[in-house]
Amino acid sequence: MSAIQEPFSEGQSLVHRLDPRGKIGVAALFAVLLATANNYATILTGLALSLVCLALAGLPLRKVAARLLVVNSFIFFLWLVLPLTYPGDVVWELGPLSASRQGLLFTGLITLKSNAIIIILITLVATVPVITLGQALQNLRLPDKLCHLLLFTYRYLYVFEEEFHRLLQALKIRGFQPRTNLHTYRTYAYLAAMLLVRSYDRADNVYRAMLCRGFNGTFYSLKTFSWQRQDHSFLAASLLAAAALGYLEWLQPSLG
Amino acid sequence: MHISEGVLSPAVLAGGAVLTVVGTAVGLKKVDYEAIPRVAILSAAFFVASLIHVPLGPVGLHLVLNGLMGLLLGWMAVPAILIALFLQALLFQFGGLTVLGVNTVTMAAPAVLCFYAYRGLLRHPGTPAAIGAFACGFSAVLLSGLLVALALISTGQAFLEVAQLVLLAHIPIMIIEGIITLFIYLFLQKVRPEMLEGIYAS
Repeated sequence: MSAIQEPFSEGQSLVHRLDPRGKIGVAALFAVLLATANNYATILTGLALSLVCLALAGLPLRKVAARLLVVNSFIFFLWLVLPLTYPGDVVWELGPLSASRQGLLFTGLITLKSNAIIIILITLVATVPVITLGQALQNLRLPDKLCHLLLFTYRYLYVFEEEFHRLLQALKIRGFQPRTNLHTYRTYAYLAAMLLVRSYDRADNVYRAMLCRGFNGTFYSLKTFSWQRQDHSFLAASLLAAAALGYLEWLQPSLG
Repeated sequence: MHISEGVLSPAVLAGGAVLTVVGTAVGLKKVDYEAIPRVAILSAAFFVASLIHVPLGPVGLHLVLNGLMGLLLGWMAVPAILIALFLQALLFQFGGLTVLGVNTVTMAAPAVLCFYAYRGLLRHPGTPAAIGAFACGFSAVLLSGLLVALALISTGQAFLEVAQLVLLAHIPIMIIEGIITLFIYLFLQKVRPEMLEGIYAS
């Protein structure tokens, strides 16, 4: 089974049916707001909002949780270091190690912030299939070349991965066992290089085939975006929520 | 190494975003429509490289290959790495939206720098090119580690120890990346030298 999947892009929920352009804009707005926030009240509200979106999207919660667990590895690493090194009042001691209250609060803040933003990313952006996303970004006036690059890269990911597993299988059949030695590194390097050469040829063929069929640098899509009433409501609700977050962050310092 | 969402300060995030926009604009200027499939292949390669785990003693490290990206693409490595990181954020939630700029800078700036630093060496086949290829892979990861550390320290002095540990963790990756980049270079030189043409372009 392919390791590269879009488990969240399929679904019929309200969130899946919203216009991708609106979702991208709102996700970017909230990600920036939360990333700049420094206040527990703001971030907890943001986390609650992201969980509401998650519930509305009806995504498989088990998969979301598994994903969050993996993504939190860097955060986990911060928990091991930051509370011990952050200067402040000592709340916990074990031999030479001591954890500070400020350190724990700071790390907790980062953890909540990080997860809130990731949940927003999962519910609002990962619910759009990548192909649609490429078209939506083009519609939002991102450079054409960049969007083409995104669509081509996405297409090649699968080609690459398939080829990678084929070559890996060939290695295994020949009794290859990865160890810490030069032979292993050379083998992996040749594997990667062969992957590049094969895909390069394939890309070339695809491009020629496209030229033969009259490709002139534009992708025509049968899908058109339509901005509907539900998108208006979604945008309005999001702007209100964003204003509330901004109010909590900048006008209510006492709550922190 | 991807920095997670929510860690860095707004100023660092904004700085990374601005640098990425500028770098991407320069890179895209050099990409013509004919080159898009070729750049996309390498972008996909950069994405898949993170799935290849190479053993080092008891731990498995994944390949980075940003030195190789620089070596093959020059400035075009910036949009290629941006796209790969965007897709990783989207499909695996590694990194994220607001840190996309910073993560692109930490990966792509070393790629571009190494391209210009070692291009001279790589133009001389034989031992100089081999040394150049190793140095390219090695220093790209070294610079990436330094930039990640810099981004963390600029966010706050509290991250000093974290930054030191991050840098320390990059040391074994540097050596392995150097070796792997060297072998990939030698292989391509033998099998498909036209893929290395970027080194000779002015």
